[in-house]
Amino acid sequence: MTPEPFLGTTDATPVRHHILSVLVENKAGVLARIAGLFARRGFNIYSLAVAPAEGNARFSRVTIVVDAASAPLEQIVGQLDKLVNVVAITDLAPRDAIERELLLATLSVDDDNRGAVLDVAANNGASIVDVNGASVTVMLAGTPGACDVLEKALESFADVELQRTGRVALPRLVQTANV
Amino acid sequence: MQLTGAQALIKSLEHEGVDTIFGLPGGAILPVYDPIIDSSIRHILVRHEQGAGHMAEGYALATGRPGVAMVTSGPGATNIVTPIGNAHMDSTPLIVITGQVATAAIGSDAFQECDITGITMGITKHNFLIQSAHEIPRVVASAFYLATTGRPGPVLIDLPKDISQSTMEWWYPETIEELDLPGYHPEVALNDDAVARAIELIGLSERPVLYVGGGTLKSRAHEELLTFAERTKIPVVTTLMARGAFPDSHEQNLGMPGMHGVYSAVTALQKSDLLIALGARFDDRVTGQLSSFAAGAKIIHVDIDRAEFNKVRRADVTLQTNVAVALRAFEAAQATPQNLDVWWKEIRTWQERYPLFYEEPEADGPLRPQYVVEAIAKAAPAGTIVAAGVGQHQMWASQYWPFEEPGTWVNSGGAGTMGFGVPAAIGAKVGRPDRTVWCIDGDGCFQMTAQELVTARAEGIPIKVAILNNAYLGMVRQWQEMFYDERYSEVYLSADLPDYVMWAEAMGCVGLRAHNVKEMHEAIAKANSINDVPVVIDFRTDSAEKVYPMVATGTSNDDIMVHPIQRGEAR
Repeated sequence: MTPEPFLGTTDATPVRHHILSVLVENKAGVLARIAGLFARRGFNIYSLAVAPAEGNARFSRVTIVVDAASAPLEQIVGQLDKLVNVVAITDLAPRDAIERELLLATLSVDDDNRGAVLDVAANNGASIVDVNGASVTVMLAGTPGACDVLEKALESFADVELQRTGRVALPRLVQTANV
Repeated sequence: MQLTGAQALIKSLEHEGVDTIFGLPGGAILPVYDPIIDSSIRHILVRHEQGAGHMAEGYALATGRPGVAMVTSGPGATNIVTPIGNAHMDSTPLIVITGQVATAAIGSDAFQECDITGITMGITKHNFLIQSAHEIPRVVASAFYLATTGRPGPVLIDLPKDISQSTMEWWYPETIEELDLPGYHPEVALNDDAVARAIELIGLSERPVLYVGGGTLKSRAHEELLTFAERTKIPVVTTLMARGAFPDSHEQNLGMPGMHGVYSAVTALQKSDLLIALGARFDDRVTGQLSSFAAGAKIIHVDIDRAEFNKVRRADVTLQTNVAVALRAFEAAQATPQNLDVWWKEIRTWQERYPLFYEEPEADGPLRPQYVVEAIAKAAPAGTIVAAGVGQHQMWASQYWPFEEPGTWVNSGGAGTMGFGVPAAIGAKVGRPDRTVWCIDGDGCFQMTAQELVTARAEGIPIKVAILNNAYLGMVRQWQEMFYDERYSEVYLSADLPDYVMWAEAMGCVGLRAHNVKEMHEAIAKANSINDVPVVIDFRTDSAEKVYPMVATGTSNDDIMVHPIQRGEAR
């Protein structure tokens, strides 16, 4: 499999964003410690996602997209590393990372626009995950850029309720010559 | 052995070698106060929880061992927030134990409940809310390990009442691994490449300065500093947090840099071609306007905390290590700068031209505060410990007291906490009962925490307090005089209200007063003859006296203002 092309940044993403994959102890208040640190030092968080790491009850992985224009990355990492519950920090430049995000959107549909909604979903690789007579919920799991494109495309519809997870990321695999 | 959580806490503190707890009981911490009766640990009963915190800080600064304070939940805990913040800013090892409401009541707005771990998250190195009696030994051992290793700092332990009343089977962690701190690695391997680059920069320098910060004292690196400085002949400046790290009597010590630093220390930094920053953090009070600070200097930054690197000033070489380790590496390689004769000649010219200066007081008063500090120092035995509050008196004490050894200067640097002096002096005296301890205080600061002199008298802690009473919040007054067209807003306190002598006497201390030079010498001699109870001297000083030199906020260190008489102006 060839790696995906780097999609670059989009309107909704800060120009100098960095992804920090932070392994933390799964203890009460850890997220507050991280959020508090960012707030008091004036570091901007663009998105944040938390989940247990590698099925391990002891650790969680926090994926933070930071605006590296708000403070030098060295300062952000240095301060974060001082939190006692932070076990490891991996700094992923966007070029070196596989980033994914989940988007859910519920739209009102009627006989006039149902086709258009389904077309937009299909054209953007989104699937229909819930439906009733008046509404559909579409889902896209994809690159942040792909989610941006879908979000933009949905703007033309009325009554859209949209939720994005913020991105998770892992290091891009190194390509070896002979596998 | 079955113990209650309360017994386990006290036993854990004993295990860590604690000899003194500064504290005040209350409902949520009540169970822990029972086993104190049977413990070898001395408990000092304070009159306000802020006093407990500052006493523990004073103890830590004077002894190098962590100070321990214990208070109850809610307001007891919030009252000690200021000392925690102060210790955080000055990297002072401090253990604070707070009672908490019972586990089941947490989050219910119970009586005297507050979220103290939440409140102190940003001003502690780490904090713990204990979840079970079994983990008490591990939490206490972890707290001491965290507070005293790496960059030291305050650690808070919040102990719910039901847990201190429940029982556990006694154990104590014997290894670091048992502490279960997978994210904490204070030991950092020395980067040989960085050392080599530092040595190269030192070798090229013609105008180097050793910019010595508080981390040098925390690293216990004063002997290494003396060895390295004497061999290389590099000039030394000691920041407010590093007074005592290098003897003031040493001919290479230029004194304190910064906003109220010695002219030659400030100017040497400005004209330097290489700053060797040792556990210093380029604080705004040292750098002045950042863009013009030591503009021609390369920087070697030695610090145990890598987050200090390039935070304020970009360094050419960073060395994440203990200051003593770095200095030993420089010494092992015999790092040597160029010939410094020309540099020293220039520095000596500045020293001769602009020494610290004030006008001699007239015989019939009012007293000059600088003169009082010098007179107390001259009459004090070697090794005397000096504590201060925050403001003009603190600057005069730091400028005019001759500091010769570590642990003799107890002050609030980064936070600038008024009222620090009296309780910190008490804590220092508890930690070093063999030493004379003076608190050089201001009248404004004294009124904030003076009640702890009751504690000092009750517990037999004979400190000496010199109030430099100028009837004003003097530092603010100075700024209003200089920068607000002498429009004095809310700074007048009165020299006579309160009556400091009567107040001292009411607290069981000896109260003295001095209006002029003769009375000053008599009062100091009297104070020095009293060693069983605390003494307070009300020195009436000149309200118009200002701290010089001065670098006004936001201006360049190049524009340092020396005393008006040195500028050829009337005062």
